[in-house]
Amino acid sequence: QLPPGLYKKVLVILHDSVLPYMNEPTLMMDFLTVAYGIGGAISLLALNGLFILIHQHNLEYPDFYKKLYSLLDPSIYHVKYRARFFHLTDLFLSSSHLPAYLVAAFIKRLARLALTAPPEALLMILPFICNLFRRHPACKVLLHRPAGPADMSEDPYVMEEEEPSESRALQSSVWEIQSLQSHYHPDVAKAAAVLNQSLSEMEDDISRLLELSAAELFDKEVKKKAVDVPLEFEPVRGLFGKKNDIFAEHFSLD
Amino acid sequence: SNPFEVKVNRQKFDILGRKTKNDVGLPGVSRSKAIKKRNQTLLKEYKEREKTNVFKDKRFGEYNTKITPEEKMIRRFTLERQQNYGKKNIYNLNEDEELTHYGQSLAEIEKLNDIVDSDSDTEERGTLSAELTAAHFGGGGGLLRKKVSSEQQDEEEEKPKSRKELIEEMIAKSKQEKQERQTRRESALELTEKLDKDWKEIQTLIARKAPKSERKDKEVEKPKPDEYDIIVRELGFEMKAKPSEKLKTEEELAKEEQARLQKLEADRLRRMRGIDEEANQKRPSHMSADDLADGFILDKDDRRLLSYKDGKINIENEEEKGEEGEEEEEEEGEEGDNEDEEESQEESASEDEEDAAADGHSDLESDLESEGEAAENKEEKKHEANENESQNVEKLDPKREAAKSELPYTFAVPESYETFKSLLAGRTIEQQLIILERIQKCNHPSLAVGNKAKLEKLFGFLLEYIGELATLDLPELRTIDKLVLPLYNLCQMFPEAASDSMRFILRDAAHDLEEVIEVKGRATLPALDTLIYLKIVSLLFPTSDFWHPVVTPAFIYMSQLLTKCRITTLQDVIKGLFICCLFLEYVSLSRRFVPELINFLLGVLHISLPKSQAQGYTVVHPFTPVGKNLELLLVCDKEDLKSWEKQNVPLSIVTRLKEASRTEINHTRLSCLALCFDLIKKCAALYESLPSFHEIMHPVRILLTKHMPVNEYPEKMQEWYHSALKELENKVKHYIPLVCEKKKPVPLKQYTPKIVKVLEFGRKQAGSKKEQERKQLIQRHKRELKGAIREIRKDNQYLARMQLSEIMERDAARKRKVKELLGSLATQEGEWKAMKRKKWKN
Repeated sequence: QLPPGLYKKVLVILHDSVLPYMNEPTLMMDFLTVAYGIGGAISLLALNGLFILIHQHNLEYPDFYKKLYSLLDPSIYHVKYRARFFHLTDLFLSSSHLPAYLVAAFIKRLARLALTAPPEALLMILPFICNLFRRHPACKVLLHRPAGPADMSEDPYVMEEEEPSESRALQSSVWEIQSLQSHYHPDVAKAAAVLNQSLSEMEDDISRLLELSAAELFDKEVKKKAVDVPLEFEPVRGLFGKKNDIFAEHFSLD
Repeated sequence: SNPFEVKVNRQKFDILGRKTKNDVGLPGVSRSKAIKKRNQTLLKEYKEREKTNVFKDKRFGEYNTKITPEEKMIRRFTLERQQNYGKKNIYNLNEDEELTHYGQSLAEIEKLNDIVDSDSDTEERGTLSAELTAAHFGGGGGLLRKKVSSEQQDEEEEKPKSRKELIEEMIAKSKQEKQERQTRRESALELTEKLDKDWKEIQTLIARKAPKSERKDKEVEKPKPDEYDIIVRELGFEMKAKPSEKLKTEEELAKEEQARLQKLEADRLRRMRGIDEEANQKRPSHMSADDLADGFILDKDDRRLLSYKDGKINIENEEEKGEEGEEEEEEEGEEGDNEDEEESQEESASEDEEDAAADGHSDLESDLESEGEAAENKEEKKHEANENESQNVEKLDPKREAAKSELPYTFAVPESYETFKSLLAGRTIEQQLIILERIQKCNHPSLAVGNKAKLEKLFGFLLEYIGELATLDLPELRTIDKLVLPLYNLCQMFPEAASDSMRFILRDAAHDLEEVIEVKGRATLPALDTLIYLKIVSLLFPTSDFWHPVVTPAFIYMSQLLTKCRITTLQDVIKGLFICCLFLEYVSLSRRFVPELINFLLGVLHISLPKSQAQGYTVVHPFTPVGKNLELLLVCDKEDLKSWEKQNVPLSIVTRLKEASRTEINHTRLSCLALCFDLIKKCAALYESLPSFHEIMHPVRILLTKHMPVNEYPEKMQEWYHSALKELENKVKHYIPLVCEKKKPVPLKQYTPKIVKVLEFGRKQAGSKKEQERKQLIQRHKRELKGAIREIRKDNQYLARMQLSEIMERDAARKRKVKELLGSLATQEGEWKAMKRKKWKN
């Protein structure tokens, strides 16, 4: 009923400037559930208020995790509220009483979506997934399946399935993480390679990774001091003069 | 010795092989030793126990070991003199101190004035000096001299004489000789004086001719340096020609080059995998050692060969080369009488002839240069294989020759960018290149100290200049194309400085982007210069490294560009596709995965579609599924579709697209689309090996198969499309379940007894090493304490003994005295009684 801009503004401040001062916060229940149902960024923002209601005011929300699961789409790694969303998702998934199939579905979906994510999001999501594996050892079959079939022609996981229990995530493996091991960013590749070995017991602290921005990444790399600088040994023959230069095929210098 | 003085420590059990130290003791000997020692130490102390007098040695420097005895003596002497100085003066009125020199009084020496010191110098004039003989005959004089002395001995042996006699005889002889010499000299002196006098008389008579003759006399006195001498000396100092390396055959050269390339490639692979970057040693620089030493990047082979000119090595020539560079080189080339020169030229020519990448020399820089030149030549003239290349190289490029002749030969490195720009302003490309080349040559780091810093600056200027050329309304990309060569050379010379300035540029660009995003919330793709810089990065540095100081930031920056910048115009699309090409080029060897690249290509395909509900795929930032910037690449005009032909997109279009007509714009759109298809095809080929290849390409495939209006496209476009789709679809799907790397099993705890080596019997072995050490220390302390107590006790006993013996001595003395006294008293008494008795009798 509100315009989207206003909706977002309200939801951003709701959890810490409105809800604590209300006599009966449960009154906001309807508003929040409706907002949660809208989808997109508004859903992400409504999640925060909803969490307070569930946590402190005994709100029962049916199919909460299913809804959360359906919120995961390629844009979550690109939106502005990424840090807030993953902070809450971390909270929701920290319970050790969650069924393994659900966590596996989450892992698989997050990994699948990570294939389109920028490096700053990848640096956050890889430790996040590691933490999920640590909390739910039953999901480690995704990493280590010694007795499985030798070769499969299809990934058993069904991305399009709305229901986490039907997604067959537990029969799959996280090939996406394996692909990310050859990511161009060295830190991402290293973070993905962690899953090759058996995980350590301690959870990674992802709170400082949540707010990571591309500019920070860049600054970190630019400030690194190099001992010596390797050079290209193939001699230059002009701007587009390399062997099999893609540019020479498609661009001209005029 | 005496068995009664030996104490045997009996042992309960004899153990074979064990040595015991203390099985036999000599109590008598050890006791006497102890007593002797105490006599020397304790007794002395005891005797001096109540005395406070101390002996002080005040001799100057007696205990100072740093001073040599001579110095010590000298200082003592001066001290003594100083002490005596004041006192004596009062009474010593007329006695001056006598000055001496080597123990002889100076006064005496003065009396004999010049007789002593003037007799040694002139006696050997005319004969060969010892030095001279040594120099000429290799020091045979020593032998000769020996012989002489032995001869003398022989003579003396004939008449055996006593030593004293001999010495006396010698003294007499020498005295006699001295006397004779003196008389001779005196007579000579007299004669010369006389001559002088006569001469003065005559001088007036022979007015003018005199000085010449005088000079002649003097010249005669100095022996003229022999011609033989001169030659010998010269030969001694002459530089010896060192053997130069043998000229290699072409096969050897090719083999060497191949080995070098293989090594570099292996290096690159190692860096790509990112293993032990630090552990491995530094990457071998591309310049060979002799390259740095000579440092001239000449068009011809620039190795200096040892050459002779008129029988002399022409070293000076080479030094001049440093100053004048080119000129000298050309002159020598024209001379052509030198065999070495010709050979080298032929060699360089043959290099040109071969394929530029495969041939080569150990001297990479000159190699590069020739290759670069070859590339240029290709553009201006078809390169033909000539027989007489040595001339060919110069003739091929008349323009360049002309430019060469116009420009001055030396350039200082410009201090600021403005001067650098003014230096290049108004010159043709060829001239600019030559100017840069000459700047490099004249200011090679091996020529002067500050040159390195200057040339490092030059790299920055050149980059800036290139950026400026790229941002012009009509970007001079051809010029940039050429300027990349000197840039590469400079980069090879100063990798650190080059990487620093490149990083500086990237940092600035990234910060600008950041600021714009913060202020406006959105950003646009940067201008052409940044794109060119990014391209140059891929030319100068290896992009396949796991981590690289320049390339990794460039990666992140490009990723930011593709994800953060809005695509609102066709130019943006072209720039974006350019960056995609860059990404592909960067990862072409390492095959690293770039999600942004796929996202962007998907987005570009998306905006080429007519507006519709996107189904089955999602485009991500910066593209939106719905919005105003859709259909950027959509072409509806049928005629334009038909008339389209694939052509390369000119880069300058990003600055002046507005002037183009509608048809042209449409054609550009189609070219972009074709480019996009091609990139997708290349991506597919590149990422084939990734385990989740199909998931990555899934959205692209759906878009291509379900949403593309293929039939509307011209045939050529359909070709592009189908080749891309084919590349995507003919990949086999197979998934192997993941298995963790096996880790080492942790060993089980075992209960077998721990076996410890027993090193010393009778010692407690338990406990850790530290504990054992502590115990040992305690034990040693105990033992020492016992020993000390025993010693103190023995000291006390000894002292007591001493005191007792003293007392006894004293008592004995007293007794003796008392006895004496009593005795004397008794005798006195006796005498007195005897006297008395006598009296009584009387």
